[in-house]
Amino acid sequence: MEFYVQLLISGLVLGSIYALVALGFAIIYKSTSVVNFAQGEFLMVGAYFCFSMVVQYQVPWLWAFLITMVFSVVLALLVERLVLRPMIGEPVISIIMVTIGLSSVLRSVVTAVWGTQIKTYDPPLFPDTPINLAGIPISQVYLWSFGLSIVLLVLFGLFFKYTKAGIAMRATAFSNQVALSMGISVKRIFALAWCISLVVSSIGGILIGNINGINIALGHFGLKVFPAVILGGLDSILGAAVGGIIIGVLENFSDGLLKTWFGLQGIKEVAPFVFLVIILMVKPYGLFGTEEIERV
Amino acid sequence: MSVNHCGDFKQTYKDDMRVLQTRFIRFWVYGFVAFLYVFPLIASTYVVSLTNMIGIAVIGALGINIVTGFTGQISLGQGAFLGVGAFSCAFFMNEWGIPFWLAMPMAGLVTAAVGMIFGIPSLRLKGLYLAIATLAAQFILEYLFLHLEGITGGSNGVMFPSPQVGDFAFDTDQSIYYVIITVAVLTTIYTTNLFRSKDGRAFVAVRDHYLSAEIMGIHLFKYRLLSFAISSFIVGIAGSLWGAYTQYITPEHFTIAESINYLAMIIIGGMGSVLGSIYGAIFMTLVPNLLSYGTSVLANVWAGAGDLIMSLKEGIFGLIVVLFLIFEPDGLAHRWKLIKAYWKLYPFSY
Repeated sequence: MEFYVQLLISGLVLGSIYALVALGFAIIYKSTSVVNFAQGEFLMVGAYFCFSMVVQYQVPWLWAFLITMVFSVVLALLVERLVLRPMIGEPVISIIMVTIGLSSVLRSVVTAVWGTQIKTYDPPLFPDTPINLAGIPISQVYLWSFGLSIVLLVLFGLFFKYTKAGIAMRATAFSNQVALSMGISVKRIFALAWCISLVVSSIGGILIGNINGINIALGHFGLKVFPAVILGGLDSILGAAVGGIIIGVLENFSDGLLKTWFGLQGIKEVAPFVFLVIILMVKPYGLFGTEEIERV
Repeated sequence: MSVNHCGDFKQTYKDDMRVLQTRFIRFWVYGFVAFLYVFPLIASTYVVSLTNMIGIAVIGALGINIVTGFTGQISLGQGAFLGVGAFSCAFFMNEWGIPFWLAMPMAGLVTAAVGMIFGIPSLRLKGLYLAIATLAAQFILEYLFLHLEGITGGSNGVMFPSPQVGDFAFDTDQSIYYVIITVAVLTTIYTTNLFRSKDGRAFVAVRDHYLSAEIMGIHLFKYRLLSFAISSFIVGIAGSLWGAYTQYITPEHFTIAESINYLAMIIIGGMGSVLGSIYGAIFMTLVPNLLSYGTSVLANVWAGAGDLIMSLKEGIFGLIVVLFLIFEPDGLAHRWKLIKAYWKLYPFSY
């Protein structure tokens, strides 16, 4: 029994981080209709940058965290202005390829600056004594990650529903032209979307870095987030959250169960993609996505 | 030499449909093909081996251009399809003792079947969703390469026997060159002609506006699936040739990086252009070699430079792709056309 609960808990934690990254992905897709294949690399860059602050420059955690956020905003503005803005109006494949190209640039810059060895935050963000929750020991970093992710997801949900900027972003997502004619600066909204997305990804990166350590493989999160966003519906914030958590739990369970029952190794890497294919065949617009209906 | 007219003066439909329009072009193209066949006699082994890689890349790039460039179905799984071709060809040769010449088309058919399975979502999905579906295909196939040890040898890989005719084995760079270049020339001819046929025009119509295409009576699903099949078949052939060229195949080669590499080729060369696939393949094969040459030169001047550039290699690739997309979105083929047009009319540009 404890085995299943452990699977569930680590699945939930992994899922909540997927949800964060999926949130960042969905924000960009929703308002700028750019599919960002570099989401995982942004997460990685954020995690590494924070590592430099905390370990190499001995900045206290709170400040390191804030500086990383500022860094993410600057990076987002640069990327949006230099790379993505010239691509407005280009076909889907060009946009996909430009983000793929961007991801390999980021990956190699990270390797050049920080090397390929696995790094750990020292001191860690959260104390590493586990807490007993109903008889099951859970490490604090898990609890904090889960809590923080949920808080961020709720905050962004409220942001999109009630604030002026959030409503403007939804309007832009609905139609760029209509938003322009209502006096919304679409350029500024695009920049804002990238900033929010990168900040959220960096937070995800710092959390996952505290759990697993930081290495170049963090970039894979960006690809593994696709099952989550597709399940939730590409353009839905709620969908990103729900999809992320479901995929995290499913991934952990299929890995744990297939390993104990059939001795299959490495299912973890491939299971989300099997779900992805199934979802695409059964319900391609996901749980909460808007179905595209075309009339002639 | 014939005069190169600056306008179109075709008088018959047949004239207009010719692939090689003027005597001048015919002369050079036939000359170039003939030159390809004497090339290994005069070039060094290194250059021949480089040309082999280019030849395989040309075949693969033509394959992916059919599905992505001409039919508009984005495929991120080409690297894995290449692997399906290579591993199934190796399996047929090693386990069933089938000669390479039969095993290669069989591997192509297997790859076509696999490509069609992952092309099925294209019935309901398009653009972005299809790209993600093929991305999933890439990861699922990579997993299978590593874990179907009976066929692929797991992470150790398998030996790939050299093709043979009687007692003569194509096991050197020079000999396998003739196999590769023949297949590359045939694939180029086939692809060029495909887009002068009904099916090819249907592919382009599906790409340009699929709703209009459907209204004109083009069966969308059939043609999408057909383009996946033809493309995967050619990619499977490219995979088999890769096996014959390297003589040993491991799953490491057929990763997402390879898929991206091939996509980059057709983007840099020019999507929806046969010549573009060739330019892109040449460019993407030569750049890494130029990079390593550059590092070896730089290493004499500044010792640390080599390591730095090698670690930035992937990034330089990414940067090239990004710059091409921003500044030259139609690719090298388009630029070449512009240069030709410029010099044709020089110095009177109107």
